[in-house]
Amino acid sequence: MMITATFLLVLFVVTLTVAAYSTYGERKVAAFLQDRIGPNRAGPFGLLQPLADGAKMFMKEDFVPATANRKLFFMGPAIAMITALLTGVVIPWGGTLTIGEHTFDLQGTDPEIGILYVFAMVSIGVYGIMLGGWASNNKFALLGAIRAASQMVSYELAMGLSIVGLVMMTGTLSLSGIVEYQAAHGWGIIQQPLGFLIFIVCAFAECNRAPFDMPECETELVGGYHTEFSSMKLGFYLFAEYINMFMSSAVIATLYFGGYHVPGLASLGLDPNLVTIIGVAAMFAKTFFFIFFFMWVRWSIPRFRFDQLMNLGWKRLIPLAILNIVVTGGLYYIINGF
Amino acid sequence: MKQPQRPNFWQRDLVEGKDLRELTTLNLGPTHPATHGIFQNVLTLDGEIILDTEQTIGYIHRAFEKIAERRPFYQIPTLTDRMNYCSAPINNMGWHMTMEKLCGIELPKRAQYMRVVVMELARIADHIICNTIIGQDAGATTPFLYVYQWREKIYDIYEEICGARLTTNMGRIGGWQRDWNPLVWERIGGILKGLPPVLKEFEKMLVRNRIFMDRTVNCGPLSGERALAYGFTGPNLRACGVDYDVRVADAYSSYEEFDFVIPVGQSGDTYDRFMVRQQEMWESLSIIRQALDKLDAMTDKTSIHADVPDWMLPPKEEVYSAMEPLIWHFKIVMGETDVPAGEIYHCVEGGNGELGFYLVSDGGRTPFRLHLRRPCFIYYQAFPEMIKGSMLSDAILTMSSMNVIAGELDA
Repeated sequence: MMITATFLLVLFVVTLTVAAYSTYGERKVAAFLQDRIGPNRAGPFGLLQPLADGAKMFMKEDFVPATANRKLFFMGPAIAMITALLTGVVIPWGGTLTIGEHTFDLQGTDPEIGILYVFAMVSIGVYGIMLGGWASNNKFALLGAIRAASQMVSYELAMGLSIVGLVMMTGTLSLSGIVEYQAAHGWGIIQQPLGFLIFIVCAFAECNRAPFDMPECETELVGGYHTEFSSMKLGFYLFAEYINMFMSSAVIATLYFGGYHVPGLASLGLDPNLVTIIGVAAMFAKTFFFIFFFMWVRWSIPRFRFDQLMNLGWKRLIPLAILNIVVTGGLYYIINGF
Repeated sequence: MKQPQRPNFWQRDLVEGKDLRELTTLNLGPTHPATHGIFQNVLTLDGEIILDTEQTIGYIHRAFEKIAERRPFYQIPTLTDRMNYCSAPINNMGWHMTMEKLCGIELPKRAQYMRVVVMELARIADHIICNTIIGQDAGATTPFLYVYQWREKIYDIYEEICGARLTTNMGRIGGWQRDWNPLVWERIGGILKGLPPVLKEFEKMLVRNRIFMDRTVNCGPLSGERALAYGFTGPNLRACGVDYDVRVADAYSSYEEFDFVIPVGQSGDTYDRFMVRQQEMWESLSIIRQALDKLDAMTDKTSIHADVPDWMLPPKEEVYSAMEPLIWHFKIVMGETDVPAGEIYHCVEGGNGELGFYLVSDGGRTPFRLHLRRPCFIYYQAFPEMIKGSMLSDAILTMSSMNVIAGELDA
């Protein structure tokens, strides 16, 4: 019990730290791509910038529009933040650590339906955006919320279908099971390239990141669903986006890049604890690469128009995902029989 | 003109066959990130489809035409600065040329070429702003900030020429206030060398980008016929396929000696407007190169001003040490220069289109009447027609691709 609680606390702190420093990373990456310097005032290399931002957010006036629905207005950011934080529990961050007689599993919990749990949390996250946008009684916010809701609902379909192929091959919905399968049979990216492509595109849409940042696209909808939010409520929305990005990257790494598995490491005959630690480092390295990838894409390409986005989701990605299932099933039958 | 309709919840009129109560009214502006200035569009939306637009302008109307009637001719360039502030030098030169036309002043070739150089630099700066803003409004922030630094470098040149960056008040009636120092020539060389690779990168990022093309092709199109009917000029007209360019049609400041191409589009959509501006930047660079070659080949290396003591300020050393130049300086600055009576129209190819000055002088110390033909004002009229039936996102891109500058729109 204590062990799980400690692990969850560590996970919570790590998640928040990574999310906070993702904002710093985002600004540095953007600056790098745009031939600028980026934040460099708060602390050495601007490393204290996330703290300064957080402090600023707390100091701001917490404004609630007179016509807003106050309860829902509070619930919006809360739901967004909570669901974003809950995802990390099922992700296997590493193997097992053995200290003395105790064995620590570097995963909060390993439900049989781990991947479905991730999807469930992401789906509930939409409510945060929808309620927030609807409750603020602002047309820009409402438009943003509508866009967010329809975008996330339609991309969730394609996302769900895209992993069916992988689940068929691994035969399990448990995330650690999927990682173990990949350790034995090769990474998911090799086995499911099309599925990976669809999944990563949908992950962008689920995180509301460019080129799918329709709900908050600032040049059309001012701030989208968070137009009316200020202070730490706005902070929660922005923070939730970064946590989601972190979690999506972790899920991508887990499903398609072997999670904490490092090829060839097991054959070196190292101490199991060392292997686990290297595995955790590998997991984080993969995750950080995808966080960087998210940023790289955001600062490189323009965003879609809303109808084009829906076309892409419904007319391209979902048929492709179904094709992926059929092809995977066919090949699986040919190679393995029933 | 048809009276624009707004949804009224007590009224059961139909817009496009739909009950008004099903529609939304959305205020795009006066302060909205996409208006890039202050003007208002009241959109009637069905979902995200735009059915009707009502425009409100005048938020930053400063009555320049009226102010000009109370101002000496010498002090009017500062008003023109504040119209299209993205390419202020072209506005300044346009006004100087109008005055020169009225007074019958002929500039030495060197001063004319220098004007060409500065006007083309201003055109590049203007087009950089417009095109990168199209990218920005389409969601691509990086080209905006990356290419924008070259606008800053062009502003550095302005600063070296006249001391100001944005509202330049550059040049004087009859030529230049002083010769350019070597740093200016060096910096122009720097632009000619450094900008092309950046422009190429910029084009690589957007021109064949699938998302960008999907967003901009067929977005806010206008036929050449309609564009002419509205009175479009400049890049926006050329994007519709009409090859009208004041620099060729009614050449001024020795533009007839330069060899350049007028790019034209076909469908007059956002993509065409973007591409026309993009090509014009390349042409402008070529014009600057030609002008520098011509200046190099000239034997005359000093003349910057026509021989019109009425308009040219005496050297500062003399002003501070002798009586006569001091009086002379004072008379010019306070606008006590006699101007012939007359009525003229002069236009230049501004960053945005035909920038015209219609000037009536009764021989007094100020214009009797000055009308400014501001292209943005004309473009903005066509906005409702261009975005009707399109989506909200298209409207934003259409607006940014027309390069409507609020300062010029309202003047």
